[in-house]
Amino acid sequence: MAEETALRRTPLYDRHVAAGARIVPFAGWEMPVQYQGIIPEHLAVRTAAGLFDVSHMGQLELRGPGALESCQQMLSNDLRRIAAGHAQYTLLLNEAGRPVDDLIVYRFADDHLLLVVNASRVDDDRGWLADHLPDGVALDDRSAEMAMLALQGPTSLGLVELPELEPFAFVQADVCGVPAIVARTGYTGEPGVELMVAGERAAELWDAIVAAGATPCGLGARDTLRLEVCYPLYGNDLSLERTALEAGLGWVCALDAKEFVGAGALREQRAAGGHDRLVAFTMSERGIPRPGMAVLPAGVVTSGTMSPSLGLGIGMGYVPADGAAVGGAIQIDVRGRPLAAVIAKKPLYVKETTE
Amino acid sequence: MSDASYPDGLYYNEQHDWARVEGDSATFGITWYAQDTLGEVVYYSPAAVGTAVTQGGEYGELESTKAVSPLISPLAGEVTEVNDALEGNESSVNDDPYGDGWLIKVRLADPSQLDSLMDAAAYQAYIETL
Repeated sequence: MAEETALRRTPLYDRHVAAGARIVPFAGWEMPVQYQGIIPEHLAVRTAAGLFDVSHMGQLELRGPGALESCQQMLSNDLRRIAAGHAQYTLLLNEAGRPVDDLIVYRFADDHLLLVVNASRVDDDRGWLADHLPDGVALDDRSAEMAMLALQGPTSLGLVELPELEPFAFVQADVCGVPAIVARTGYTGEPGVELMVAGERAAELWDAIVAAGATPCGLGARDTLRLEVCYPLYGNDLSLERTALEAGLGWVCALDAKEFVGAGALREQRAAGGHDRLVAFTMSERGIPRPGMAVLPAGVVTSGTMSPSLGLGIGMGYVPADGAAVGGAIQIDVRGRPLAAVIAKKPLYVKETTE
Repeated sequence: MSDASYPDGLYYNEQHDWARVEGDSATFGITWYAQDTLGEVVYYSPAAVGTAVTQGGEYGELESTKAVSPLISPLAGEVTEVNDALEGNESSVNDDPYGDGWLIKVRLADPSQLDSLMDAAAYQAYIETL
Protein backbone atom coordinates (compact mmCIF):
# COMPACT_ATOMS: atom_id res chain seq x y z
CA MET A 1 0.00 0.00 0.00
CA ALA A 2 2.77 2.40 0.95
CA GLU A 3 4.49 1.70 -2.39
CA GLU A 4 1.45 2.92 -4.29
CA THR A 5 1.28 6.21 -2.43
CA ALA A 6 3.51 9.10 -3.44
CA LEU A 7 5.79 10.29 -0.67
CA ARG A 8 4.73 13.56 0.92
CA ARG A 9 6.95 16.55 1.59
CA THR A 10 6.76 18.92 4.53
CA PRO A 11 6.65 22.72 3.97
CA LEU A 12 10.35 22.70 4.91
CA TYR A 13 11.48 20.23 2.25
CA ASP A 14 13.21 22.88 0.14
CA ARG A 15 15.05 24.17 3.22
CA HIS A 16 16.35 20.67 3.91
CA VAL A 17 17.56 20.12 0.36
CA ALA A 18 19.21 23.55 0.27
CA ALA A 19 21.00 22.76 3.54
CA GLY A 20 22.45 19.58 2.02
CA ALA A 21 20.33 17.15 4.01
CA ARG A 22 20.17 13.48 3.13
CA ILE A 23 16.52 12.77 2.45
CA VAL A 24 15.02 9.36 3.24
CA PRO A 25 11.50 7.93 3.06
CA PHE A 26 9.99 7.75 6.54
CA ALA A 27 6.37 6.84 7.34
CA GLY A 28 5.23 8.04 3.92
CA TRP A 29 7.23 11.27 3.98
CA GLU A 30 10.47 12.45 2.46
CA MET A 31 12.34 13.50 5.61
CA PRO A 32 15.88 14.69 6.39
CA VAL A 33 17.82 11.96 8.20
CA GLN A 34 20.86 14.19 8.67
CA TYR A 35 22.49 17.44 7.54
CA GLN A 36 26.14 17.51 8.65
CA GLY A 37 26.03 14.15 10.46
CA ILE A 38 24.12 12.35 13.17
CA ILE A 39 26.86 12.67 15.78
CA PRO A 40 27.46 16.45 15.57
CA GLU A 41 23.70 17.05 15.43
CA HIS A 42 23.14 14.82 18.45
CA LEU A 43 25.85 16.62 20.42
CA ALA A 44 24.45 20.02 19.41
CA VAL A 45 21.17 19.08 21.09
CA ARG A 46 22.94 17.76 24.21
CA THR A 47 25.16 20.85 24.57
CA ALA A 48 23.36 23.76 22.83
CA ALA A 49 20.23 23.77 20.68
CA GLY A 50 18.95 21.79 17.72
CA LEU A 51 15.94 22.31 15.46
CA PHE A 52 13.95 19.42 14.00
CA ASP A 53 11.26 19.36 11.34
CA VAL A 54 8.62 17.02 12.76
CA SER A 55 5.87 18.16 10.43
CA HIS A 56 5.26 14.54 9.44
CA MET A 57 3.59 13.96 12.81
CA GLY A 58 -0.19 13.89 12.85
CA GLN A 59 -2.58 16.32 14.53
CA LEU A 60 -6.06 15.02 15.33
CA GLU A 61 -8.44 17.52 16.86
CA LEU A 62 -11.50 16.56 18.93
CA ARG A 63 -14.23 19.12 19.48
CA GLY A 64 -17.65 19.06 21.02
CA PRO A 65 -19.37 18.40 24.31
CA GLY A 66 -18.11 15.11 25.67
CA ALA A 67 -14.68 15.42 24.01
CA LEU A 68 -12.87 15.17 27.35
CA GLU A 69 -14.99 12.25 28.53
CA SER A 70 -14.41 10.34 25.30
CA CYS A 71 -10.65 10.87 25.67
CA GLN A 72 -10.87 9.59 29.23
CA GLN A 73 -12.55 6.50 27.84
CA MET A 74 -10.11 5.91 24.96
CA LEU A 75 -6.74 7.10 26.31
CA SER A 76 -4.85 5.28 29.05
CA ASN A 77 -3.63 8.21 31.16
CA ASP A 78 -5.91 10.21 33.45
CA LEU A 79 -6.72 13.64 32.03
CA ARG A 80 -7.99 14.75 35.44
CA ARG A 81 -4.32 14.91 36.44
CA ILE A 82 -3.74 17.90 34.14
CA ALA A 83 -5.49 21.25 33.82
CA ALA A 84 -6.44 23.05 30.63
CA GLY A 85 -3.27 24.41 29.03
CA HIS A 86 -1.30 21.27 29.77
CA ALA A 87 -0.32 18.27 27.70
CA GLN A 88 0.10 14.63 28.70
CA TYR A 89 1.90 11.56 27.33
CA THR A 90 -0.64 8.77 26.89
CA LEU A 91 -1.56 5.66 24.93
CA LEU A 92 -4.41 4.78 22.60
CA LEU A 93 -4.93 1.09 23.42
CA ASN A 94 -6.95 -1.68 21.87
CA GLU A 95 -9.09 -4.04 23.97
CA ALA A 96 -6.04 -6.28 24.53
CA GLY A 97 -4.16 -3.41 26.17
CA ARG A 98 -1.81 -3.07 23.21
CA PRO A 99 -1.01 0.37 21.83
CA VAL A 100 -2.66 1.50 18.62
CA ASP A 101 -0.35 4.50 19.14
CA ASP A 102 1.50 6.51 21.75
CA LEU A 103 0.79 10.23 21.67
CA ILE A 104 0.67 13.58 23.41
CA VAL A 105 -2.81 14.91 24.22
CA TYR A 106 -3.20 18.68 24.57
CA ARG A 107 -6.07 19.74 26.82
CA PHE A 108 -7.36 23.08 25.46
CA ALA A 109 -10.79 22.81 27.12
CA ASP A 110 -13.30 20.17 28.14
CA ASP A 111 -14.77 20.38 24.63
CA HIS A 112 -11.48 20.78 22.74
CA LEU A 113 -8.46 18.45 22.76
CA LEU A 114 -5.65 17.88 20.29
CA LEU A 115 -3.80 14.59 19.82
CA VAL A 116 -0.30 14.71 18.33
CA VAL A 117 0.37 11.25 16.96
CA ASN A 118 2.99 9.28 15.05
CA ALA A 119 3.11 9.85 11.29
CA SER A 120 3.10 6.11 10.68
CA ARG A 121 -0.08 5.70 12.74
CA VAL A 122 -2.23 8.70 11.87
CA ASP A 123 -4.51 6.80 9.48
CA ASP A 124 -4.99 3.92 11.94
CA ASP A 125 -5.55 6.34 14.81
CA ARG A 126 -8.14 8.30 12.86
CA GLY A 127 -10.00 5.13 11.97
CA TRP A 128 -9.87 3.84 15.53
CA LEU A 129 -11.10 7.14 16.96
CA ALA A 130 -13.87 7.47 14.38
CA ASP A 131 -15.13 4.01 15.33
CA HIS A 132 -15.11 4.76 19.05
CA LEU A 133 -16.15 8.41 19.32
CA PRO A 134 -19.67 9.17 20.51
CA ASP A 135 -22.04 11.31 18.45
CA GLY A 136 -21.47 14.99 19.06
CA VAL A 137 -17.67 14.80 19.19
CA ALA A 138 -16.16 15.91 15.88
CA LEU A 139 -12.82 14.52 14.72
CA ASP A 140 -10.76 16.78 12.46
CA ASP A 141 -7.47 15.58 10.93
CA ARG A 142 -5.35 18.74 10.74
CA SER A 143 -2.11 16.91 9.88
CA ALA A 144 -1.90 18.24 6.33
CA GLU A 145 -2.29 21.91 7.22
CA MET A 146 -0.09 22.00 10.35
CA ALA A 147 3.68 22.01 10.46
CA MET A 148 5.64 21.21 13.60
CA LEU A 149 9.14 22.22 14.68
CA ALA A 150 10.96 20.87 17.73
CA LEU A 151 13.54 23.21 19.28
CA GLN A 152 15.52 21.18 21.81
CA GLY A 153 18.64 21.56 23.93
CA PRO A 154 19.98 23.28 27.05
CA THR A 155 20.18 26.71 25.36
CA SER A 156 16.98 26.32 23.35
CA LEU A 157 14.68 28.24 25.67
CA GLY A 158 16.80 31.40 25.45
CA LEU A 159 17.49 31.38 21.73
CA VAL A 160 14.37 33.22 20.58
CA GLU A 161 11.68 34.92 22.61
CA LEU A 162 9.35 32.27 23.98
CA PRO A 163 6.54 32.34 26.51
CA GLU A 164 7.66 31.02 29.90
CA LEU A 165 6.17 27.58 30.43
CA GLU A 166 6.59 24.76 32.90
CA PRO A 167 7.22 21.30 31.44
CA PHE A 168 4.21 19.96 29.52
CA ALA A 169 2.41 23.32 29.60
CA PHE A 170 1.39 24.96 26.34
CA VAL A 171 0.02 28.27 25.14
CA GLN A 172 -0.87 29.96 21.87
CA ALA A 173 1.64 32.72 21.21
CA ASP A 174 3.63 34.40 18.44
CA VAL A 175 7.18 33.08 18.04
CA CYS A 176 9.40 35.21 15.78
CA GLY A 177 6.18 36.82 14.57
CA VAL A 178 4.55 33.50 13.65
CA PRO A 179 1.36 32.41 15.47
CA ALA A 180 2.10 29.06 17.10
CA ILE A 181 0.99 26.55 19.69
CA VAL A 182 4.06 26.52 21.94
CA ALA A 183 4.45 23.43 24.14
CA ARG A 184 7.21 22.54 26.60
CA THR A 185 7.46 19.03 25.21
CA GLY A 186 9.99 17.03 23.26
CA TYR A 187 11.56 13.68 22.46
CA THR A 188 15.22 14.25 23.32
CA GLY A 189 15.49 14.38 27.11
CA GLU A 190 16.55 18.03 26.88
CA PRO A 191 14.65 21.20 27.72
CA GLY A 192 12.85 22.59 24.72
CA VAL A 193 9.63 23.40 22.97
CA GLU A 194 7.57 21.99 20.16
CA LEU A 195 5.94 24.56 17.91
CA MET A 196 2.84 23.84 15.86
CA VAL A 197 2.25 26.40 13.12
CA ALA A 198 0.35 26.77 9.88
CA GLY A 199 2.27 25.05 7.11
CA GLU A 200 2.64 28.23 5.05
CA ARG A 201 4.44 30.00 7.94
CA ALA A 202 6.80 27.13 8.81
CA ALA A 203 9.73 28.13 6.59
CA GLU A 204 9.74 31.67 8.01
CA LEU A 205 9.88 30.31 11.56
CA TRP A 206 12.54 27.73 10.65
CA ASP A 207 14.75 30.43 9.11
CA ALA A 208 14.40 32.71 12.15
CA ILE A 209 15.33 29.99 14.64
CA VAL A 210 18.27 28.76 12.57
CA ALA A 211 19.46 32.37 12.23
CA ALA A 212 19.31 32.63 16.03
CA GLY A 213 21.81 29.78 16.26
CA ALA A 214 19.95 26.47 16.36
CA THR A 215 21.57 23.55 14.52
CA PRO A 216 19.28 21.87 11.96
CA CYS A 217 18.92 18.24 13.04
CA GLY A 218 17.55 15.22 11.21
CA LEU A 219 15.64 12.14 12.20
CA GLY A 220 18.89 10.23 12.74
CA ALA A 221 19.86 12.37 15.72
CA ARG A 222 16.26 12.37 16.91
CA ASP A 223 16.48 8.56 17.14
CA THR A 224 19.82 8.43 18.97
CA LEU A 225 18.69 11.17 21.38
CA ARG A 226 15.42 9.47 22.27
CA LEU A 227 17.07 6.08 22.69
CA GLU A 228 19.67 7.43 25.14
CA VAL A 229 16.80 8.56 27.38
CA CYS A 230 14.79 5.37 26.63
CA TYR A 231 11.74 6.98 25.07
CA PRO A 232 10.02 4.17 23.16
CA LEU A 233 9.49 4.46 19.42
CA TYR A 234 6.28 3.15 17.88
CA GLY A 235 7.08 0.50 15.29
CA ASN A 236 10.29 -0.46 17.12
CA ASP A 237 9.61 -0.72 20.84
CA LEU A 238 5.84 -0.34 20.72
CA SER A 239 3.48 -2.31 18.53
CA LEU A 240 0.22 -4.23 18.50
CA GLU A 241 2.27 -7.29 19.53
CA ARG A 242 3.07 -6.03 23.04
CA THR A 243 0.96 -4.65 25.86
CA ALA A 244 1.51 -1.34 27.61
CA LEU A 245 2.73 -3.18 30.72
CA GLU A 246 5.26 -5.21 28.74
CA ALA A 247 6.48 -1.93 27.23
CA GLY A 248 7.04 -0.48 30.71
CA LEU A 249 4.29 2.09 30.24
CA GLY A 250 2.14 1.13 33.21
CA TRP A 251 2.89 4.59 34.59
CA VAL A 252 0.72 6.18 31.88
CA CYS A 253 -2.12 3.68 32.41
CA ALA A 254 -4.54 4.86 35.12
CA LEU A 255 -5.62 1.31 35.99
CA ASP A 256 -6.76 2.18 39.51
CA ALA A 257 -8.33 5.55 38.73
CA LYS A 258 -10.68 5.05 35.79
CA GLU A 259 -12.09 2.76 33.13
CA PHE A 260 -10.69 2.93 29.60
CA VAL A 261 -10.32 0.72 26.55
CA GLY A 262 -7.75 -1.95 27.32
CA ALA A 263 -7.80 -1.50 31.10
CA GLY A 264 -9.42 -4.89 31.77
CA ALA A 265 -6.75 -6.80 29.86
CA LEU A 266 -3.99 -4.85 31.59
CA ARG A 267 -5.45 -5.48 35.05
CA GLU A 268 -5.52 -9.21 34.28
CA GLN A 269 -1.93 -9.13 33.06
CA ARG A 270 -0.83 -7.14 36.11
CA ALA A 271 -2.48 -9.68 38.43
CA ALA A 272 -0.98 -12.64 36.60
CA GLY A 273 2.52 -11.11 36.43
CA GLY A 274 5.38 -12.89 34.73
CA HIS A 275 5.10 -11.01 31.42
CA ASP A 276 8.01 -9.96 29.25
CA ARG A 277 9.53 -6.56 29.89
CA LEU A 278 11.10 -3.89 27.71
CA VAL A 279 14.54 -3.32 29.20
CA ALA A 280 17.41 -1.02 28.32
CA PHE A 281 20.94 -2.30 28.03
CA THR A 282 24.48 -1.16 27.33
CA MET A 283 27.11 -3.15 25.46
CA SER A 284 30.07 -4.34 27.53
CA GLU A 285 31.97 -5.32 24.39
CA ARG A 286 32.51 -3.20 21.30
CA GLY A 287 29.64 -3.68 18.89
CA ILE A 288 26.33 -2.10 17.98
CA PRO A 289 22.97 -3.72 18.68
CA ARG A 290 20.30 -3.30 16.00
CA PRO A 291 16.55 -4.06 15.94
CA GLY A 292 15.75 -7.72 15.35
CA MET A 293 18.95 -9.10 16.86
CA ALA A 294 18.45 -11.87 19.41
CA VAL A 295 19.03 -11.28 23.12
CA LEU A 296 20.67 -14.32 24.72
CA PRO A 297 19.56 -16.38 26.58
CA ALA A 298 16.11 -15.07 25.54
CA GLY A 299 14.60 -11.95 24.04
CA VAL A 300 14.82 -9.60 21.08
CA VAL A 301 16.33 -6.18 20.44
CA THR A 302 13.77 -3.56 19.37
CA SER A 303 16.03 -0.48 19.20
CA GLY A 304 19.79 -0.16 19.09
CA THR A 305 22.47 2.31 18.15
CA MET A 306 25.90 3.66 18.94
CA SER A 307 25.32 6.25 21.67
CA PRO A 308 27.08 9.49 20.72
CA SER A 309 26.93 10.73 24.33
CA LEU A 310 28.14 7.53 25.99
CA GLY A 311 30.44 6.26 23.25
CA LEU A 312 29.14 2.70 23.36
CA GLY A 313 26.43 0.54 21.91
CA ILE A 314 23.04 0.86 23.60
CA GLY A 315 19.61 -0.58 23.02
CA MET A 316 16.24 -1.68 24.27
CA GLY A 317 14.56 -5.02 23.90
CA TYR A 318 11.99 -7.42 25.29
CA VAL A 319 13.22 -10.11 27.68
CA PRO A 320 11.38 -12.59 29.94
CA ALA A 321 10.40 -11.33 33.41
CA ASP A 322 12.94 -13.55 35.15
CA GLY A 323 15.74 -12.10 33.03
CA ALA A 324 14.81 -8.45 33.30
CA ALA A 325 16.61 -7.32 36.48
CA VAL A 326 18.86 -4.27 36.23
CA GLY A 327 22.48 -5.41 36.32
CA GLY A 328 21.72 -8.73 34.68
CA ALA A 329 24.25 -10.05 32.18
CA ILE A 330 22.93 -10.79 28.68
CA GLN A 331 24.43 -11.23 25.25
CA ILE A 332 23.40 -9.70 21.95
CA ASP A 333 23.77 -11.83 18.83
CA VAL A 334 25.52 -9.35 16.52
CA ARG A 335 25.53 -11.14 13.16
CA GLY A 336 26.56 -14.45 14.69
CA ARG A 337 28.87 -13.05 17.35
CA PRO A 338 27.42 -13.16 20.89
CA LEU A 339 28.62 -9.93 22.51
CA ALA A 340 28.31 -9.18 26.25
CA ALA A 341 25.82 -6.57 27.44
CA VAL A 342 24.26 -5.61 30.75
CA ILE A 343 20.69 -4.60 31.56
CA ALA A 344 20.78 -1.00 32.75
CA LYS A 345 18.50 1.43 34.54
CA LYS A 346 16.44 3.76 32.34
CA PRO A 347 17.28 6.39 31.21
CA LEU A 348 20.69 5.32 29.92
CA TYR A 349 21.82 8.92 29.60
CA VAL A 350 21.49 11.25 32.57
CA LYS A 351 22.67 14.82 32.25
CA GLU A 352 25.42 15.79 34.65
CA THR A 353 24.12 18.68 36.72
CA THR A 354 26.98 21.10 37.18
CA GLU A 355 24.96 24.12 38.25
CA MET B 1 34.15 15.47 6.48
CA SER B 2 36.80 15.52 3.77
CA ASP B 3 36.34 16.50 0.14
CA ALA B 4 35.94 13.89 -2.58
CA SER B 5 39.27 12.51 -3.81
CA TYR B 6 40.60 9.40 -5.53
CA PRO B 7 44.40 9.42 -5.38
CA ASP B 8 46.48 8.23 -8.30
CA GLY B 9 48.71 5.26 -7.61
CA LEU B 10 46.07 3.30 -5.70
CA TYR B 11 44.18 0.27 -6.98
CA TYR B 12 40.39 0.15 -6.65
CA ASN B 13 37.69 -2.53 -6.78
CA GLU B 14 33.98 -2.15 -7.54
CA GLN B 15 33.12 -2.60 -3.84
CA HIS B 16 34.90 0.72 -3.13
CA ASP B 17 37.94 -0.68 -1.38
CA TRP B 18 41.38 0.60 -2.30
CA ALA B 19 44.84 -0.97 -2.10
CA ARG B 20 48.21 0.78 -1.84
CA VAL B 21 50.91 -1.64 -2.93
CA GLU B 22 54.51 -1.45 -1.68
CA GLY B 23 56.66 -4.41 -2.73
CA ASP B 24 54.92 -7.60 -1.67
CA SER B 25 52.69 -5.91 0.89
CA ALA B 26 49.56 -3.79 0.53
CA THR B 27 47.43 -1.49 2.66
CA PHE B 28 43.63 -1.58 2.28
CA GLY B 29 40.97 0.98 3.04
CA ILE B 30 37.66 2.28 1.72
CA THR B 31 37.27 5.07 -0.80
CA TRP B 32 35.89 8.54 -0.27
CA TYR B 33 32.72 7.44 -2.10
CA ALA B 34 32.32 4.47 0.26
CA GLN B 35 32.68 6.49 3.45
CA ASP B 36 30.34 9.16 2.10
CA THR B 37 27.70 6.57 1.28
CA LEU B 38 28.15 4.70 4.54
CA GLY B 39 28.03 7.80 6.73
CA GLU B 40 29.75 8.35 10.06
CA VAL B 41 31.75 5.24 10.89
CA VAL B 42 31.32 4.23 14.53
CA TYR B 43 32.60 0.64 14.66
CA TYR B 44 35.34 -1.34 12.93
CA SER B 45 35.70 -5.10 13.22
CA PRO B 46 38.75 -6.34 11.27
CA ALA B 47 39.96 -9.84 10.48
CA ALA B 48 42.71 -10.94 12.90
CA VAL B 49 46.41 -10.75 12.09
CA GLY B 50 47.43 -14.02 10.44
CA THR B 51 44.11 -14.53 8.70
CA ALA B 52 44.26 -15.44 5.02
CA VAL B 53 42.00 -13.23 2.92
CA THR B 54 40.95 -13.99 -0.64
CA GLN B 55 40.38 -11.54 -3.46
CA GLY B 56 36.69 -10.67 -3.26
CA GLY B 57 36.41 -12.17 0.22
CA GLU B 58 35.55 -10.30 3.41
CA TYR B 59 38.28 -8.90 5.63
CA GLY B 60 36.05 -7.33 8.27
CA GLU B 61 33.17 -4.93 8.56
CA LEU B 62 32.52 -1.27 9.15
CA GLU B 63 29.39 0.00 10.83
CA SER B 64 28.14 3.53 10.53
CA THR B 65 25.39 5.35 12.37
CA LYS B 66 23.04 3.95 9.72
CA ALA B 67 24.39 0.78 8.15
CA VAL B 68 26.80 -2.14 8.29
CA SER B 69 29.12 -2.76 5.37
CA PRO B 70 31.32 -5.80 4.78
CA LEU B 71 34.87 -5.00 3.68
CA ILE B 72 35.73 -6.75 0.41
CA SER B 73 39.38 -7.55 -0.09
CA PRO B 74 40.74 -6.18 -3.37
CA LEU B 75 43.63 -8.68 -3.30
CA ALA B 76 44.48 -12.02 -1.69
CA GLY B 77 47.04 -12.24 1.10
CA GLU B 78 47.73 -12.75 4.78
CA VAL B 79 46.83 -10.07 7.30
CA THR B 80 50.02 -8.66 8.86
CA GLU B 81 48.62 -5.61 10.68
CA VAL B 82 45.29 -4.01 11.54
CA ASN B 83 44.78 -0.33 12.30
CA ASP B 84 44.21 -0.50 16.07
CA ALA B 85 44.36 3.29 16.28
CA LEU B 86 40.85 3.39 14.81
CA GLU B 87 39.34 2.01 18.02
CA GLY B 88 37.56 4.99 19.50
CA ASN B 89 38.65 7.10 16.50
CA GLU B 90 36.57 5.44 13.81
CA SER B 91 35.77 8.84 12.31
CA SER B 92 39.27 8.81 10.79
CA VAL B 93 37.75 6.58 8.11
CA ASN B 94 35.52 9.52 7.15
CA ASP B 95 38.03 12.29 7.72
CA ASP B 96 41.09 10.71 6.11
CA PRO B 97 40.08 7.56 4.22
CA TYR B 98 43.44 7.17 2.43
CA GLY B 99 45.63 8.13 5.41
CA ASP B 100 44.86 7.65 9.11
CA GLY B 101 41.67 5.83 8.10
CA TRP B 102 43.52 2.84 6.58
CA LEU B 103 42.10 -0.50 7.70
CA ILE B 104 44.45 -3.42 7.22
CA LYS B 105 47.85 -4.49 5.83
CA VAL B 106 48.45 -7.78 4.05
CA ARG B 107 51.34 -9.74 2.56
CA LEU B 108 50.25 -10.31 -1.03
CA ALA B 109 49.67 -13.85 -2.24
CA ASP B 110 49.45 -13.10 -5.96
CA PRO B 111 50.61 -9.72 -7.28
CA SER B 112 49.24 -10.59 -10.74
CA GLN B 113 45.75 -9.91 -9.28
CA LEU B 114 46.54 -6.20 -9.59
CA ASP B 115 45.60 -6.46 -13.28
CA SER B 116 41.97 -7.05 -12.29
CA LEU B 117 41.68 -3.76 -10.35
CA MET B 118 40.95 -0.24 -11.55
CA ASP B 119 43.20 2.79 -11.47
CA ALA B 120 41.95 6.13 -10.12
CA ALA B 121 40.62 7.36 -13.47
CA ALA B 122 38.78 4.11 -14.20
CA TYR B 123 37.30 4.03 -10.68
CA GLN B 124 36.07 7.61 -10.96
CA ALA B 125 34.48 6.77 -14.31
CA TYR B 126 32.90 3.72 -12.63
CA ILE B 127 31.33 5.61 -9.71
CA GLU B 128 29.86 8.17 -12.09
CA THR B 129 27.80 5.33 -13.56
CA LEU B 130 26.30 4.50 -10.12
